[in-house]
Amino acid sequence: MSPRVVFPNKILPYLLVAPQLAITLVFFYWPASQALRQSMLREDPFGLSSKFVWFDNFKKVLSDPNYLNSIQVTAIFSVSVAAVAMGTALLLAVMAEKVVRSRNLYRTLMIWPYAVAPAIAGMLWLFLFNPSIGSLAYGLRWLGINWDPLLDGEHAMALVVAAASWKQISYNFLFFVAGLQAIPKTLIEAAAIDGAGENKRFWTIVFPLLAPTTFFLLVVNTVYAFFDTFGIIHAVTGGGPGKSTETLVYKVYNDGFVNLILGDSAAQSVILMVIVIALTAIQFRYVEKKVHYG
Amino acid sequence: MATVDLKDVRKVYAGGVEAVKGVSIAIPDKALCVLVGPSGCGKSTLLRMIAGLETISAGTCSIDGKVVNAIGPTERDIAMVFQNYALYPHMKVYDNMAYGLRNRGTPKDEIDKRVRATAQTLELEHLLERRPRELSGGQRQRVAMGRAIVRNPKVFLFDEPLSNLDAKLRGQMRVEIKSLQRKLGVTSVYVTHDQLEAMTLADVLVVMNAGLVEQLGAPLDIYEKPASTFVASFIGAPPMNLLPLRGGQLEDAITLPEVSGNATMIGFRPEDCEVGADGATSSDGLRLMARVDGVEPVGSESFLYCAAGGGKIVVRVAGRTEVLVGDQLPIFARREKLHFFGSDGKRV
Ligand SMILES: Nc1ncnc2c1ncn2[C@@H]1O[C@H](COP(=O)(O)OP(=O)(O)O)[C@@H](O)[C@H]1O
Ligand SMILES: [Mg+2]
Repeated sequence: MSPRVVFPNKILPYLLVAPQLAITLVFFYWPASQALRQSMLREDPFGLSSKFVWFDNFKKVLSDPNYLNSIQVTAIFSVSVAAVAMGTALLLAVMAEKVVRSRNLYRTLMIWPYAVAPAIAGMLWLFLFNPSIGSLAYGLRWLGINWDPLLDGEHAMALVVAAASWKQISYNFLFFVAGLQAIPKTLIEAAAIDGAGENKRFWTIVFPLLAPTTFFLLVVNTVYAFFDTFGIIHAVTGGGPGKSTETLVYKVYNDGFVNLILGDSAAQSVILMVIVIALTAIQFRYVEKKVHYG
Repeated sequence: MATVDLKDVRKVYAGGVEAVKGVSIAIPDKALCVLVGPSGCGKSTLLRMIAGLETISAGTCSIDGKVVNAIGPTERDIAMVFQNYALYPHMKVYDNMAYGLRNRGTPKDEIDKRVRATAQTLELEHLLERRPRELSGGQRQRVAMGRAIVRNPKVFLFDEPLSNLDAKLRGQMRVEIKSLQRKLGVTSVYVTHDQLEAMTLADVLVVMNAGLVEQLGAPLDIYEKPASTFVASFIGAPPMNLLPLRGGQLEDAITLPEVSGNATMIGFRPEDCEVGADGATSSDGLRLMARVDGVEPVGSESFLYCAAGGGKIVVRVAGRTEVLVGDQLPIFARREKLHFFGSDGKRV
């Protein structure tokens, strides 16, 4: 057991945690309970009165083909972002390990994208891949790809995935570099002496030992792709074309703030809240327990 | 089965540190060669160059008559036991031992046979399904040994494999490593800073100091004829007594044999001292008066810490002793047990 501080004064400890509690109550529990209440109300078309409908909003949302489409979009988007952001970051981290000279400069440069605001990252990619003025769009066209993210849903998806991943690579990179450094060099040397080539060493020694880091990042990246990419999607595609890049979070915004269907939107928020709680529970159960070897 | 030949091997690290400054050692087939020296003298560096884990800056390293300078550790067909064991933490003991065989494409049933046979030799059978973190230090050490043995390599390399064990276990493992090495007949290079380990294990003993070989030979030859004051004070415990000679004379000496011209240091081992030996003449050996500063009874023997001849000496006497602190004693060392060193520290 860790040593515990005992306060002689009974009230002081409560006073000390009060500010944090107040902030949590005002900015989390209160809006959360409002959302929960709102999700069970239905407003009349003019927004003059509302009545309590129990779980009708949830039933309606879950049977809405647009919502099911949004779930699918979110799944594709999150898996792609997590895969691209983590795969690229791991590759870069492994390569950074081998850099001998100006290693720190290289690392610093790798971390910069993380400081860029989501909407700005979105704009950056939007310009780069703008069909008429983007330099990278020009390159794609030159390769024979009929690049048009404004009309082609798959192209739009590729664009938001690229923008969202790009921003997350820095974060993942930092953790992978730390994870790689934590692997004792003698293990790699022992494997080399045991006749494992470089590739084999990576997949049989390094990658398994990185598992705790990878798992942690998987959860973090999923949460990121779910909830922190609103700015990018808003700036790049606005959920379109059609609804091909409308993720769950973006749909909450669209239904609630654009279309003002408050009941549906609130029900969707509550579903998202359940998803966050589930993800957090997974993280606590497996990551906080520290899947470590030694 | 192989010989290992080092010819004027040097290592300069990227930072400019010259860790090994020209070392030549020829290790015969099936021999156990021990590199011993103080920490930082370049033992591990030399071993890692034989393993292929460090590039060789100059000189050649040959295994089985073939120069391996340009060959990586993967192709050298050697096995190494690391100081921290370097067991793969995510693999069971079985897989730790099988890993090297799998990498070399050994058939599955052959792997199984060899892993189980090795586990039996090392009494590891009941541990095969455990992971390294579920083992004690001694068990991990055995698994590291097993991982090396199971591959049946040309050469074994050991980098202070026993230094993380307690004294008792270290003694047991020392004996076991020696008998295993004999039985398997695999040429081995063993690095240690512990002179007792070095003396008991070595067929060929190499005493290193500051990146150079100070002396090379059979352990007892080195013990009996240390080539320098460094070797004299490094090999043997407690170390050899060394006293300064001034103009061929030793302070407090009652009798002193004729000193060869340029010797500036006289040495004799604590175990070669006798207390008393009255009536001895200078042609018989050295006799000098010593004042006892401390007495250490160990049981089987006792050590007397004395001031004599302008320095400090240790005298070993068998069993118990009646000597008390403050006593004045005549100490005698036979002529053939005396060592003389020149001003450069070399034996004369
Ligand atoms: N990777 C390295 N880079 C630079 N210097 C090193 C490196 N490894 C060892 N050294 C230096 O080389 C010398 C010999 O080290 P080492 O071979 O480990 O000694 P030992 O094993 O005898 O204690 C030391 O001075 C050490 O600081
Ligand atoms: Mg060392």
